[in-house]
Amino acid sequence: MSEKDYLPGAQVPDARGYFGAYGGRFIPEALVAAVEQVAEEYEKAKADPAFAAELDGLLKDYTGRPSPLTDVHRFSAEAGGARILLKREDLNHTGSHKINNVLGQALLTRRMGKTRIIAETGAGQHGVATATACALFGFDCTIYMGEVDTQRQALNVARMRMLGAEVVAVKSGSRTLKDAINEAFRDWVANVDSTHYLFGTVAGPHPFPMMVRDFHRIIGVEARQQVLDRTGRLPDAVVACVGGGSNAMGIFHEFIPDADVRLIGCEAAGEGADTPRHAATLTKGDPGVLHGSRTYVLQDEDGQTIESHSISAGLDYPGVGPEHAWLKDTGRAEYRPVTDDAAMQALRLLSRTEGIIPAIESAHALAGALELGRELGPEATILVSLSGRGDKDMHTAAQYFGLYDEQPAADDAGNGGK
Amino acid sequence: MASKLSGILAAAKAENRAALIGYLPAGFPTVDGGIRAINALIEGGCDVVEVGLPHSDPVLDGAVIQTADDIALRGGVRIKDVLRTVQEVATAHPEAAVLVMTYWNPVERYGTARFAADLAAAGGTGCILPDLPVEESEEWRKAADAHGLDTVFVVAPSSKDKRLAEVTAAGSGFVYAAAVMGVTGTRTQVGSLAEDLVARTRATTDLPVCVGLGVSNAEQAAEVAGFADGVIVGSAFVKRILDADGDEPAALAAVRAVAGELAEGVRRR
Ligand SMILES: Cc1ncc(COP(=O)(O)O)c(C=O)c1O
Repeated sequence: MSEKDYLPGAQVPDARGYFGAYGGRFIPEALVAAVEQVAEEYEKAKADPAFAAELDGLLKDYTGRPSPLTDVHRFSAEAGGARILLKREDLNHTGSHKINNVLGQALLTRRMGKTRIIAETGAGQHGVATATACALFGFDCTIYMGEVDTQRQALNVARMRMLGAEVVAVKSGSRTLKDAINEAFRDWVANVDSTHYLFGTVAGPHPFPMMVRDFHRIIGVEARQQVLDRTGRLPDAVVACVGGGSNAMGIFHEFIPDADVRLIGCEAAGEGADTPRHAATLTKGDPGVLHGSRTYVLQDEDGQTIESHSISAGLDYPGVGPEHAWLKDTGRAEYRPVTDDAAMQALRLLSRTEGIIPAIESAHALAGALELGRELGPEATILVSLSGRGDKDMHTAAQYFGLYDEQPAADDAGNGGK
Repeated sequence: MASKLSGILAAAKAENRAALIGYLPAGFPTVDGGIRAINALIEGGCDVVEVGLPHSDPVLDGAVIQTADDIALRGGVRIKDVLRTVQEVATAHPEAAVLVMTYWNPVERYGTARFAADLAAAGGTGCILPDLPVEESEEWRKAADAHGLDTVFVVAPSSKDKRLAEVTAAGSGFVYAAAVMGVTGTRTQVGSLAEDLVARTRATTDLPVCVGLGVSNAEQAAEVAGFADGVIVGSAFVKRILDADGDEPAALAAVRAVAGELAEGVRRR
């Protein structure tokens, strides 16, 4: 992996973990030694060909990489005829992109001699991927998950427990992803000698935003070549959903030097970005410090975090990775809000036109692609990160669309009621 | 340029005892009730008080202080109420030093320079910022220096010696030595890590070294006073107020009594 200075004059991030004004390391003194150890071990691992070889082997033989690129013609017809290509991270082992980062950090954990892993999870996909790697490597595993999310993603709770992980339902605050991260940090401070905090997105203190991005870069590296091979040119736009921002950074990164390729992140707008119930951090937030780095945060005048809302547990987060904050301010990437309803309609549309049931998170990117396709017209090619599959979301979708027999079907025509 | 805080800690040392430092969040259970409770800590025997700025995401706090922060925030406490708390306590008790303990984001959001100016104007003597490591602290320290405020940094059992020197060189007032690896909350034992950390810290600085996290009774206070310059107590006070369940006279009597016992403990060395 090469050091990049892909925007003029910028080394990204700098030695202190800053992407422009964003990033850094806002952590308690008790965690400084542990976070420095992660940074040092990661630098050593990057320089060690054996590390890269082992990770590549796992990505190929365990995860099933490279993930395919799928042309979705019938779906594209609904997007003004623009050609839509899906990068199929849903076909990875465990069902989402999250495994890419997890395997990298699991190898790092073994190098550091630690025996226990903790992680936060929202949708449960990062938790499942982490529990999976812990089973594979023989680590103890504790996953923190907001109580609200344990209910709406119950299938993934069962998967994690089947894999041998302890799942702790977090009952503080908004009882969602933000609070799961708080609780994981509390665990880490108390158990740092034995424990690695396997952070699941491109947020948190340096080096996590950089390291997690690097482990997901493969998404964009593969996809860029696949699009070139398939279409003979680069896409006009790359679209991904943004919770913390890991699948988006993973697919964006390789395209950053391609100035003609638009990079578009889709944030969860919940009931609407202009209502109080959304998770559109980059659209509606302000710079602040949350969970170890300076970034955009949904916060009030006193710097108290405002609770986010989204039908998607994985996007229901009032912060975002600092590199996205920087890409937004520099104008290199654009961020758009996508409502719950737009995402759910896109979820159903992809299911019915292509036989692919996406995760609700990924459905936000699909909704963004539909809108963008109509703007750009039939000549355009749009690459979409299909970050995960929708099995975990069937309960939510069944309720949304009235798919259970005992429930009256709310509105079979399309505007599914809640 | 000895600050008021330094003077108070030096006076305790001159009496051959450790100082007693008490913590309560502002706005808990109400703004005025919180002011009365913090005054009671001083009346019971605290030399220094830390006024907590309640936060939505108190990642370094255990269940007891999380609950108190929640109550304060649901009651609508604002930064201006925290500053009023500082001012009323400082006015009522000019003999004590009043610090603010806060996570970083509220300060940055309020405006770093503005917060330092308003805290100093309210009679506050300094700040403890537990999630602002020394590397990120330059802007704050400039603002604090401009207003004569102390910046108290935390050191932890995991801090290596080289780092201890960097941290203590940047701080003033005293050094906050975390007795254990973990979040706030009462513990049955102070733990053996604290004494070693204090010794390693002293090797890097002349600042007083005060120990907090987990200390809750006179026995523990006396034990810590045997090797440290000050004893910091928070959750034990918060718990008394929670236990009183809305009975303010009982809560005030309880925290005053606990402060009294701890004040006796720090003199027992
Ligand atoms: C399938 C899927 N996509 C996206 C996300 C959002 O995370 P990020 O923004 O880090 O990619 C999640 C998180 O749980 C997820 O499960």
